[in-house]
Amino acid sequence: MNNQFFVFFKALLGSCKDLLPIILVIAFFQFAVLQQPMPNVGDILVGLALVVLGLTFFIYGLEMGLFPIGESMAQAFAKKGSISWLLTFAFCLGFGTTVAEPSLIAVAKEAAIVAASGGIISDTIESQLSYANGLRFTVAFAVGFAIVVGVLRILRGWPIQYLILGGYIVVVLMTMIAPSWIIGIAYDSGGVTTSTITVPLVTALGVGLASAIKGRNPMIDGFGLIAFASLTPMIFVMVYGMVIS
Amino acid sequence: MELLFEFLTTLKNTVVDVLPILSIILGFQLLVIRKPIPHVKQVGFGFIYVLIGLALFLLGLEKALFPLGKMMAEQLTAPEFIHAGEKILTAIHWSDYTWVYIFAAAIGFSTTIAEPSLIAVAIKAEEVSGGAINANSLRISVAIGVAIGIALGSYRIVVGHPIHYYIIAGYVVVVIQTFFCPKLIVPLAYDSGGVTTSTVTVPLVAALGLGLASTIPGRSPLIDGFGLIAFASLFPIIAVMAYAQLTEAKALRAEKKSEKRIQDKENKRNLNKNR
Repeated sequence: MNNQFFVFFKALLGSCKDLLPIILVIAFFQFAVLQQPMPNVGDILVGLALVVLGLTFFIYGLEMGLFPIGESMAQAFAKKGSISWLLTFAFCLGFGTTVAEPSLIAVAKEAAIVAASGGIISDTIESQLSYANGLRFTVAFAVGFAIVVGVLRILRGWPIQYLILGGYIVVVLMTMIAPSWIIGIAYDSGGVTTSTITVPLVTALGVGLASAIKGRNPMIDGFGLIAFASLTPMIFVMVYGMVIS
Repeated sequence: MELLFEFLTTLKNTVVDVLPILSIILGFQLLVIRKPIPHVKQVGFGFIYVLIGLALFLLGLEKALFPLGKMMAEQLTAPEFIHAGEKILTAIHWSDYTWVYIFAAAIGFSTTIAEPSLIAVAIKAEEVSGGAINANSLRISVAIGVAIGIALGSYRIVVGHPIHYYIIAGYVVVVIQTFFCPKLIVPLAYDSGGVTTSTVTVPLVAALGLGLASTIPGRSPLIDGFGLIAFASLFPIIAVMAYAQLTEAKALRAEKKSEKRIQDKENKRNLNKNR
């Protein structure tokens, strides 16, 4: 019992260390640059305590739950030997986790408001809603597609750099023909797709697959799924922008 | 009491967000794999810990960091702060915004250090590489990349250059580095671009970008406000590959001389510097 408490305390201390830079930055800018007193100190202290506690629990659960389930599923699929089921699972995982992703919903909504005020779409709630939803489904589809390609890469052992660099070339070419108002949103949509729960799961899936398949190195072949998931949304969103205009 | 209520609301929202993932996992496990989950009790508890942890984390951010960070981004980009004393705005000079760049770099670095999904990938990378990649060094490299990226991205919004010049130039650097850096790090470096921007970084960085774009005359939030996140996902790739190249160079050097000698030399150098 005592030992467990010690482990938990150590993890708590680690989380404090992770958070220290943010506290220093905010304190420095608040006092030294903006020269204002800290508003509601009590609230902030409670919030910080919650963040530290939350981070500790999250990392605990990560190693107990998320990593093992991702790896055990990867191994089960590898043993089963059905590529089509594995790819279906990969697509569902990518699509399903992205379509409900809160930060994507927020960005899509924001983008719709900005697009309406910029006169790209008509300024009604319906057209904004359909624009935002279109954006969301485009991104979710792109992520599903990305995980499928990434899993295929692990199975076949394709070198990652050619695929990613090829993707970059497509992004650059698309940038030249896509309407300029979509470019910023397209570039950003690559970054917002990968949420806190998706990343550990997808990483564990990739590493698990690469360790279960003979001749694959988990370091070289296991990582890279997230890279695909941040690349394809850029391409797909630019296509979406071209279709809309 | 109120706090408990807020926690339960956040927990409920987190559970709703996780529901699609959970149903996909369970559906495939039960219908396709058709085998019991190994260590099901432990995994279940792990999931509950993750959910509770995430809910606490989000609630804490919402209570403490986001309001303050967003307010600071607004205040730092506000014309009253930038042009204190000047009544008539004639022209905007990029150097007026020095504090904004410093803030952008600092907030980018510090939020990346606390980003849970980066912690997850770093833990996994250290485990898979057998300790050859140190989790903390990896996180610090990524954070430096984000810091440079967001500072440069803010500079771009201020001067109004088109975003794709920067992104394409960044890609060119990535391509060149890919050919010269150790092969083992390449996939991990590509991944680290995507993991940097999730729970903590996105809301603060988006507030900074939109604040900048809407206060500087001649910038449109539509074209200029977005795009900071793209910078934050490109530069970590460069930084992680650079970290691997540095480590490799260091290892080569250490092969030639014994490590103690280098240490002695560096100590001497530091002493000389101090004089």
